[in-house]
Amino acid sequence: MISVNFSQKIANIMLWASALITIAILFIMVGHILLNGVEVIDLQFLLESPKNAGREGGILPMIVSSLYTTGLALIVAIPLGIGSAIYLTEYAVKSPLTKAIRYATETLSGIPSIVVGLFGYTFFVIYLGLGFCVLSAGLTLSIMALPIIMRTAEESVRTVPIGYREGSLALGASKWQTIRKVLLPSASPGIVTGIVLGMGRAIGETAAIMFVVGGGWRMPISPLSPAQPLTVHLYELFSAGIISTEIGYGTATVLLAMVLAITFTANWTMRRYIKKIMGE
Amino acid sequence: MNKIETRNLSIWYGDGRVLTDVNMKIKEKCITAIIGPSGCGKTTFIKAINRMIDLTHIARIEGEILCDGENIYDDGIDVVELRKKIGMVFQKPNPFPMSIYENVAYGPRVHGIKDRRSLNEIVEKSLREAFLWDEVKDRLNEPALGSSGGQQQRLCIARALSMKPEVILFDEPCSALDPISTSKIEDLIVELKKNYTVIIVTHNMQQAARISDYTAFFLTRGELIEYGSTSRIFERPLDKRTEDYITGRFG
Amino acid sequence: MAFLVNSNKHAEWVIEKCLFLSAISAIFFIVLIIVFIFEKGLPMIIDYGLLNFILGTNWFPLDGQFGIFPMILGTLYVTAGAMVLGVPLGLACAIFLAETAPEKMKNSMEPVIESLAGIPSIVYGFFGIVVIVPFMRDAFGAGFSILTCSIILAIMVLPTIISISQDAISSVPKEYKEASIALGATHWQTIKKIILPNAMPGIATGVLLGVGRAIGETMAVLMVSGNVVKIPSSIFDPVRPLTANIALEMNYAYGIHREALFATGVILLVVTFALIMVVDYFQRGN
Repeated sequence: MISVNFSQKIANIMLWASALITIAILFIMVGHILLNGVEVIDLQFLLESPKNAGREGGILPMIVSSLYTTGLALIVAIPLGIGSAIYLTEYAVKSPLTKAIRYATETLSGIPSIVVGLFGYTFFVIYLGLGFCVLSAGLTLSIMALPIIMRTAEESVRTVPIGYREGSLALGASKWQTIRKVLLPSASPGIVTGIVLGMGRAIGETAAIMFVVGGGWRMPISPLSPAQPLTVHLYELFSAGIISTEIGYGTATVLLAMVLAITFTANWTMRRYIKKIMGE
Repeated sequence: MNKIETRNLSIWYGDGRVLTDVNMKIKEKCITAIIGPSGCGKTTFIKAINRMIDLTHIARIEGEILCDGENIYDDGIDVVELRKKIGMVFQKPNPFPMSIYENVAYGPRVHGIKDRRSLNEIVEKSLREAFLWDEVKDRLNEPALGSSGGQQQRLCIARALSMKPEVILFDEPCSALDPISTSKIEDLIVELKKNYTVIIVTHNMQQAARISDYTAFFLTRGELIEYGSTSRIFERPLDKRTEDYITGRFG
Repeated sequence: MAFLVNSNKHAEWVIEKCLFLSAISAIFFIVLIIVFIFEKGLPMIIDYGLLNFILGTNWFPLDGQFGIFPMILGTLYVTAGAMVLGVPLGLACAIFLAETAPEKMKNSMEPVIESLAGIPSIVYGFFGIVVIVPFMRDAFGAGFSILTCSIILAIMVLPTIISISQDAISSVPKEYKEASIALGATHWQTIKKIILPNAMPGIATGVLLGVGRAIGETMAVLMVSGNVVKIPSSIFDPVRPLTANIALEMNYAYGIHREALFATGVILLVVTFALIMVVDYFQRGN
């Protein structure tokens, strides 16, 4: 009996330890980057263009590029993702087609981002002739964000109670009215989570857009101008032989802060929203 | 006056028959109760009356249902108009995750009423009719899902009333409620028959006996065994099976 | 769809068709990707010979030699290393969260895992290069190496392994667990003998998806693997994984060299499809 209890104790210690290690990894990583980054970041860093071959100055064009490409990606991926979710839950009858759609979504999210990058280059840049630009990058990123939004949205539309549908249809609402006014609002916390995850993926993606977005330090104005999102900028700092570690920390911090801020604001807003519609 | 009449109504789910040749005339401004053991097709029957059954893709329907003399399964029938005219309250209270006000205003809104004053009027009138106004008038903008089960069910009744229907279908409206909430809803239903035709499915025979004017007894595979005035059915059932059921010797 | 018969039925019809189109967009993109990557890469594989391509040990693009075997090994080694480090840690976390963690701990782990999953891979690479590489250089005399790469990848696959395994463990019926405890087994014995075997298909799915993530990861490995095209002889040797090869050479490759990079993409795609099929098999077995 002693050995049995002993192994139980050891197991408990190991399980606790692994959880604490995981937490420690995150805190060390994020802490290290943020602590070093905060020293670099000031108004000038956020509001100026790079100077002196990237050794000084700020990263404003990169911040704008990240937001620009991610925004375009979402404009494409959100309607497709939600539309797909609604079709699969409300219209489609189980068939080989719906199975193929699920399979395709799963596969799409598994394709290595560098391969999506190759595709973005041959298809959007060359074949469609869009060139190296914000638009090509946005479209490429939409492919990355799409499966995440699709899956999460489908899940949350599916879990809306059947009674809401019946209640609305019994009042003579059409199917689309029911979807728009009852299903989507009820499913919106889940849908927003999906969008946020997709957004995080798009804003943090490098490999998929490094051959597509063009680069350079100019402020992108038109969707057809080249850009250099934060991720690509951070890579460039290194591939060009570490120009300045400080700028690297600053850029990584801004990137991290954007991703974490998006995630936590969305979570917080959604909790409040759920409280509001469900009456706690 | 007959409000609704079914002629040889039969329904199948896939290969299984759930309703068999039902012929029934339902009187206007009366309460008609549908009783019978579970799985006897009661719910299917009332879902056929406002065509909520259309949502069940595998359902196949034969025969006719006339509402004011018009077959509701005719091609030219507008289902939206039909459902405005024949409202429905479900087994489990199903208010939408919106405010109390928005729940009642939902129906009028989807049918194009935008004017705030008309909406306010409809909301107040419907809530009063559902005996709910006094309880919720100070918290119309609070989430409906924060209310008690009985209040939620009365809200669903108010929501159905907001469409100014002529017929209201109740599908076991009290099965998820406590006795006090149940008696409030029963009072309300009795009050409603002054202006509306009510059809109520219930597995609670006392409830049928207490509130209904007519009672229909269904048995397995949706056969209509007996139909008549409630007092007659409960006091002098003609069919042995009806007697067995209401005296509790069955199912 | 009889109940769509109303005054707006044309609008409803148009809406349904739009929704249908969005639903098939995933299929559309997959087909496009396959067509465009294969169109550029497949002829090269056929001309050069599949075996020469994947088993050739010499990658000298300027001399027309395109053997990706060292890169394949690079990918396999860093992935295997990542699994050796990541699976035990991830699985332990999953067991902890599903079985023994107090509610409070569970709630605080959730955002941790979410954040780990959300951190961009370039940031992992950056952290690797500024912290882990110097550390490894001091500790083992080798900074850019298979081991460094595996450590970074192990962290990156943690969220995938943890969340999928946790789901699998939580969905083991409670009755099994109760029966085992009632027979006098300790919690740990129950976990080992009842819960884990029953959760196996789900755990395998999590591990396989982690493998997929590790194979496909580009930026992080690109920054810490050393990128030397050489068959490694120890875990302290630098390597160049397949993905890193594409990222490094795409910008200046042209002609058959560029086609060889697309051909590498073809190989990665095929591996992805195979992995998804295996995952699908495990999920169906569940």
